[in-house]
Amino acid sequence: MSFINYSSREINCKIVYYGPGLCGKTTNLQHIYSKTNPDLKGKMISLATETERTLFFDFLPLALGQIRGFKIRFHLYTVPGQVFYDASRKLILKGVDGVVFVADSQVERMEANVESLENLRVNLAEQGYDLDQVTCVMQYNKRDLPNAAPLDEMQRLLNPGGRTEFEASASTGQGVFETLKAAARDVLRDLKQMGR
Amino acid sequence: MDNSPLVMYDEDFRKVLAVAQRLVKDANAKGVFVVDHNGQLIAETGEMQGIDTTSLASLTAGSVAATGGLAKLVGEDEFPVHFHQGQQNNLHISLIAGRIILVVVFDDRSSLGLVRLRVKKLGGLLGKVFEEIRKKADRSQATGRAVTPFAEITDEDIDNLFSV
Repeated sequence: MSFINYSSREINCKIVYYGPGLCGKTTNLQHIYSKTNPDLKGKMISLATETERTLFFDFLPLALGQIRGFKIRFHLYTVPGQVFYDASRKLILKGVDGVVFVADSQVERMEANVESLENLRVNLAEQGYDLDQVTCVMQYNKRDLPNAAPLDEMQRLLNPGGRTEFEASASTGQGVFETLKAAARDVLRDLKQMGR
Repeated sequence: MDNSPLVMYDEDFRKVLAVAQRLVKDANAKGVFVVDHNGQLIAETGEMQGIDTTSLASLTAGSVAATGGLAKLVGEDEFPVHFHQGQQNNLHISLIAGRIILVVVFDDRSSLGLVRLRVKKLGGLLGKVFEEIRKKADRSQATGRAVTPFAEITDEDIDNLFSV
């Protein structure tokens, strides 16, 4: 749910990075944080365990520029991917404007990807959203690993509807900004449709 | 579940800010922050210059959401008031009208009792302001005259944002 503030002339939107445990959601945000001009970003917050597994969420505020005098800001969140943190995932999806689903390309994580995508559908439904109607960009992460599954198999399992999709390697940064830009652009287009 | 955008016009903002400013004064608080339950900062006032308000808003919303989850586990709808006591600064957090979070930061120049009392009174006033905002948004939607900046934004404007 975006927040349009005429007083400060700001539009704030929320994008949530979703996906199974260790798929690279936090790494996506860390790369964005490390490569963004300091004037355009706020502090990155990570509520993580001692072993750097996300406990509640990561948060990164990002300014993208101005459109017609309105500052466009995005709040990027990740969810904890581990299965038993489902209650936290539901909370973080509240008020979401767009989702980036980060899939782990490793063959042995395919079942976890499918489970997580189904979990996203269920949790969005609890918040009153339909996954098929919400802006959702698919990122196939870890494409650089030798045990990566064939792309067409991942598309068949995770993206039969043909959402916007990107191959990525978040640890090197490949595909990270492309994914973010596509999600942000789609969110703004959705808001434009609503504003008509 | 209300998933519609929160649209705040200048006149609404001034009303919200006026309540927050009065709360700072009446409760002898260091700062007051009004936060949307999704983590967006709506208004701030007081003497807490330089604090990272974006993080404050996001973490407050996360905390309230987590506590709300706990409430449901034990059979409550919500825990509408939270208090965090520090060595120098204390936080009083309250949920207004189910959608707005009112955060009061205070030190030993005030007291929990005073803050509670003032929040109870002015929180009600703030709730009414947001109720008006909601009704206004409903009326705009019902008449099909919902005006947002996006009505004038073109696809080209959006693409230009990502061209560099």
